[in-house]
Amino acid sequence: MLTLVGIAIVILGFALRLNPLLVVVAAAVATGLAAGIDLVGIVSEFGRAFTQNRYMALVWLTLPVIGMLEKNGLKERAQALIARVGGATTGRVLTLYMFIRQLTASMGLTAFGGHAAMVRPLVAPMAEAAAENRYGVLPGKTRDLIRAHAAAADNMGLFYGEDIFIAIGSVLLIKAYLDQAGYPLTPLQIALWAIPTAVAAFVIHAFRLWRLDRRLQRELGKTP
Amino acid sequence: MNVLDGIYLLLGLMFAAAAFYNLRDRSNPKRYRRALFWAFYSITFLFGSWLPPFLVGCLAIGMALLAGLGGLGKPGAAEPTEQERKAGAARFGNKLFVPALLIPLVTVLGTLLLQDFAPGGKPLVELKDATLVALGVSVVVALGAGVVMLSQPLAVPLTESRRLVDAVGPVVALPQLLAVLGAIFAVSGVGQVVAGLVGRFIPVDSALAVVSAYCIGMALFTLVMGNAFAAFPVMTAGIGLPLIVKLHGGDAAIMGAIGMLAGYSGTLMTPLAANFNIVPAALLELSDQNGVIKVQVPTGLALLLVNTLLMYFLVFRF
Repeated sequence: MLTLVGIAIVILGFALRLNPLLVVVAAAVATGLAAGIDLVGIVSEFGRAFTQNRYMALVWLTLPVIGMLEKNGLKERAQALIARVGGATTGRVLTLYMFIRQLTASMGLTAFGGHAAMVRPLVAPMAEAAAENRYGVLPGKTRDLIRAHAAAADNMGLFYGEDIFIAIGSVLLIKAYLDQAGYPLTPLQIALWAIPTAVAAFVIHAFRLWRLDRRLQRELGKTP
Repeated sequence: MNVLDGIYLLLGLMFAAAAFYNLRDRSNPKRYRRALFWAFYSITFLFGSWLPPFLVGCLAIGMALLAGLGGLGKPGAAEPTEQERKAGAARFGNKLFVPALLIPLVTVLGTLLLQDFAPGGKPLVELKDATLVALGVSVVVALGAGVVMLSQPLAVPLTESRRLVDAVGPVVALPQLLAVLGAIFAVSGVGQVVAGLVGRFIPVDSALAVVSAYCIGMALFTLVMGNAFAAFPVMTAGIGLPLIVKLHGGDAAIMGAIGMLAGYSGTLMTPLAANFNIVPAALLELSDQNGVIKVQVPTGLALLLVNTLLMYFLVFRF
């Protein structure tokens, strides 16, 4: 039971909005100590896992490219492009992106998209521009809401698309686990049953994006 | 040294540049702390494969202490001016999209090629690393294309990446630190304790109760661990296999597939899934670090209900 102290620290720390790095380190050290590991052992395990998970930082490698393009007006260009599409709304832009993301992820192309490579430089500016074209300059709160929805559309497409692909990590994990438990299955048998949820996820989230359009319309006034 | 180490080297150089520019930034009274933070991070990429784990652990904990106690001060990099951006947009037009789109395109193509590329029967890159290496290659290609097409000085990618890593801030290292926490939870046996607690309170005779406990348990456990992959083995061993499959005769494939997806509802709703929720909030410069999560909660809850019902109606039928 004492090993759960780490979970308590994490929940409390995040709720109090303490620095998340510090919260995680405190939780890790407390959990290790509660489990009877000595401090040197904890720090070593910390370093081992930190090195092993360096791949998670590779998305940052796109920043030099994105920064250079932003400095030269990539966002402005993306916004100008959307301005030329008459029927574009925030909800429609994001629904289309979510659809493409989900479709490519379901074919195993999970690298097609992402918050650093696609959402910040292209998708979020387009979603904002679609609203600006209709309602003029956006209040800060509305701009944040649209950006948050842009990030969410990427997550939705990725999460509920990738599980349809037979060679993705989650499907292989399910297969490996059930194999060793005595239930041999093919990846296809598992991936198949992700399809109903994938459809439901798209329908539910597309509905929410449609409602976002209605909300923007209601809060920001009439269509010109 | 393998190919992936070479790509980590690039990342290390990028963070080293951030440290360097911050060190010279006299507008930030805490510039030494900020420079040290990026320098520590840089070292873990430049030399991480060769340093003893204890030392890397000290560097990582040092980063958390620098950021958490006393902070790193305000980042001082100049934002590109509106005039600069408008002029660039007018001058380069749709050419600006080319490097941006090269990143995903080359990554996808590179992944497909690297997976099959094995000169002399020995694969150049391990299968699991193919996407990561392809991403690294795509950035080099896009960077080359961008510098040439837009005739940029070579320092621009470095000053601009410094501006962006400073804008995102210490959160840059959060996904990695949370993965570390998951590893420490695993060696400390946290999962077993939680599964034991959940398993103690279920009415096992009701098929609906068992399915609900498994799906909601997956989501809750993911909420706490930040990762559905960590929740799956624990919940499946504790509830899924013994109760849904063995006791009530459910189908293992359906249980596994939908169970994992039920866990994703938890991923949508937790700050611990930092790379999906907290990092984009920082990257998009939202004023609320939980802004993305707030937008995702309604869909997450609706999908948890859908997945529970789907499993209940499908798992005993096939």
